[in-house]
Amino acid sequence: MHLALWLVAGALLANLTLYVLTGGADYGSGVWDLFAIGTRADAQRELLTHAIGPVWEADHVWLILAVVILFNGFPAAFARIMTAMHVPVTLMLIGVVMRGSAFSFRGYGLGDDRARRRWGRMFAIASLITPLLLGVIIGAIAAGRTPANPARLSDFITPWMTPFCFGVGLLALAMFAYLAAVYAAAEAADPALAADFRIRAMVSSIIVGLIAGAILLLSINGAPLIWNGLTRRVWTWPIFWLTTVAALAALWALWMRRFALARICAAAQVALILWGWALAQYPYLLAPDLTIFNAAAPPRTLAILASALAAGAVILLPSYGYLLRVFKRHQRADRIVMAARREPETR
Amino acid sequence: MAMSLAFHIVFACVGIAMPLMMVVAEWRYLRTGDEVDLLLARRWSIGAAIMFAVGAVSGTVLSFELGLLWPNFMRWAGAIIGMPFSLEGFAFFTEAIFLGIYMYGWDRVSPRAHLAAGAIVAASGVISGVFVVIVNSWMNTPVGFRLVNGRPEEINPIATLTNPAALHETVHMTIAAYCATGFVVAGIHAAMWLRDRDNLFHRRAIAIAFTIGAIAALLQPISGDASARAVARLQPVKIAAFEGLFQTGPHAPLAIGGIPDLKARRLRYAIELPSMLSVMTYHNPDAVMRGLDSFPEKNWPRPLIAVHLAFQIMVGAGFAMAGIALWGFWLWLRGRGIFASPWFMRTLMLATPLGLIAVEAGWVVTEVGRQPWIIYGVMRTADAVTPMPGLDITFALYSLLYLFLGVTVAFLMWRQVLESPTSEEIVALMASGG
Repeated sequence: MHLALWLVAGALLANLTLYVLTGGADYGSGVWDLFAIGTRADAQRELLTHAIGPVWEADHVWLILAVVILFNGFPAAFARIMTAMHVPVTLMLIGVVMRGSAFSFRGYGLGDDRARRRWGRMFAIASLITPLLLGVIIGAIAAGRTPANPARLSDFITPWMTPFCFGVGLLALAMFAYLAAVYAAAEAADPALAADFRIRAMVSSIIVGLIAGAILLLSINGAPLIWNGLTRRVWTWPIFWLTTVAALAALWALWMRRFALARICAAAQVALILWGWALAQYPYLLAPDLTIFNAAAPPRTLAILASALAAGAVILLPSYGYLLRVFKRHQRADRIVMAARREPETR
Repeated sequence: MAMSLAFHIVFACVGIAMPLMMVVAEWRYLRTGDEVDLLLARRWSIGAAIMFAVGAVSGTVLSFELGLLWPNFMRWAGAIIGMPFSLEGFAFFTEAIFLGIYMYGWDRVSPRAHLAAGAIVAASGVISGVFVVIVNSWMNTPVGFRLVNGRPEEINPIATLTNPAALHETVHMTIAAYCATGFVVAGIHAAMWLRDRDNLFHRRAIAIAFTIGAIAALLQPISGDASARAVARLQPVKIAAFEGLFQTGPHAPLAIGGIPDLKARRLRYAIELPSMLSVMTYHNPDAVMRGLDSFPEKNWPRPLIAVHLAFQIMVGAGFAMAGIALWGFWLWLRGRGIFASPWFMRTLMLATPLGLIAVEAGWVVTEVGRQPWIIYGVMRTADAVTPMPGLDITFALYSLLYLFLGVTVAFLMWRQVLESPTSEEIVALMASGG
């Protein structure tokens, strides 16, 4: 029973991590699409589009899997989050739908330039709002502000209307943009484009650091559980120093233009921030009462879920690896014509 | 939720069946080197990709909505039905991965690997659809737990996968997806062909799509018959509602059309075929069919008229498509083929929406037919809903969103169709590439 519980909880965290590192970066790309400026704005957009085009749908499924694991393995927690967070989750879903459909309408739409620009604008704005709301929801979970029996309308709004929650929202947005910029710098074939994204990556790295510091201070009042977890646990300092080292190494690698290394360090940094949050609120899923132990599904369900996850991973991970190898191995992704978009007279 | 599902089911069907068509076209190209097949595979893949993207995001909304709207259902049943959902997650993931490879990998992987990627998309689409329908069938015939003081105990998630309704529901839905998509695609291409009758592109498209749709349409009555008999056994109140059968008794008539009159407790204005329902269900005219009068009124599916009419529409559309399929096979057997008969092609064009109508009606049949239960015989829908006030706003918001998406997708598809190649362009392509 215990092994299965740990496997399921671990799979949930692993899924969230992979979602943030891949799907999160896809949202970040939308943010840079919105802020594409300068003489190379169109080239920047093209690079971002080709970087996320083949992978965004697969990346997005990490989130669906995380939700499925949550409601299968921890149904009580799922029910409470979805009840109490009804409003921000609904808004986030609208963002998800807008982002995804606008992106594919732009890509496959065969429309004229004006229509495509409009879809691009919608894609970019949705990419900005969705991570913000995702962060707000995570912030409310971290702060233990998900009422067990919400009844009045205000119970559905006030819990997440706090500086701490919006701080986490901004942090999510900044982290996603940071990841996207680092990845884009690594994937750009044109040195001028790589330089554009290098600057963006370095600036957003600093912003991530500032917001993370601000959130730590906000958590003293806003999320005491997190504050205590971050400051008074055995693993506090190792995690803190590892995160700092990864952040500085990523900055250094960006400075030295060693983008492949920067990509690894930035991913490690973001993953560590996520794990820091998870460890800080361990063993709670939803403070003050739901833990991973008392919100868990019955042992038999957990055991079967764990085996299903293991079996699924055997199929999934090689396939996903194949996808990344096909599209991310060559660093010149931006030079490949999006074959499906144009007519096959090129063939 | 109903809104999202009604919307999602269209995209899911096309997402299940369209990849098969594009793979068939690409396979033909690899075998014969015919450029028309390649062009078709590429055009269809774009349609499939738009549909998949919208299906993927609307599916995401659904996975959240389960909790947003039915938290008590999920708290209660999450541990039981999570299993098919997790497996569906993996199947869907595989589909997304290989669709990415298919769409963007034309010149990055070998032709065989590319075709294989398409085949995996087609297969995993079917598998993920099957798992979702298994959840629905479980809601109709819940198993895999024991009720102890209103809570589920001794949960067995594996039993969920083999619940009594799983087999007939999944077969019926999968065939419906191929049938509906086959007819939509064939119908649209038929409309284009009627304007440009030498067009090889549309000819080839119709040949592939109609073959798939017609085979499915001929299989569907068999599957439908099996489903109806299973429902009569498992959920007798549901079949009584389908048929608008109020009185219990032998020689139950089969009603065609008609409006159930709740006050008089009888079906008005229907054509009734004596004893046919007993014969169809039990192969015996003397068999007793349970009518609505043998169930407490609070357990009747409501609104009754919706269930009855939707059932009639589904069956009617299904038989119409089976008839068109037979007509097509007859023309083919006579050797001149369907393209020699403009009347057949016009009918095919008019039949474009039939499959989707049948799918939507069938969805009403199974969902409204299960009311007032969310889990048949176990949990009432009213007890499962979220306490969140102002749900109308949420509902209106989603409705607007889907309306917007639906119109946009229809517009984009329309544009796709308008931009399809003319017969002159096909000739030029053959001359240059062939």
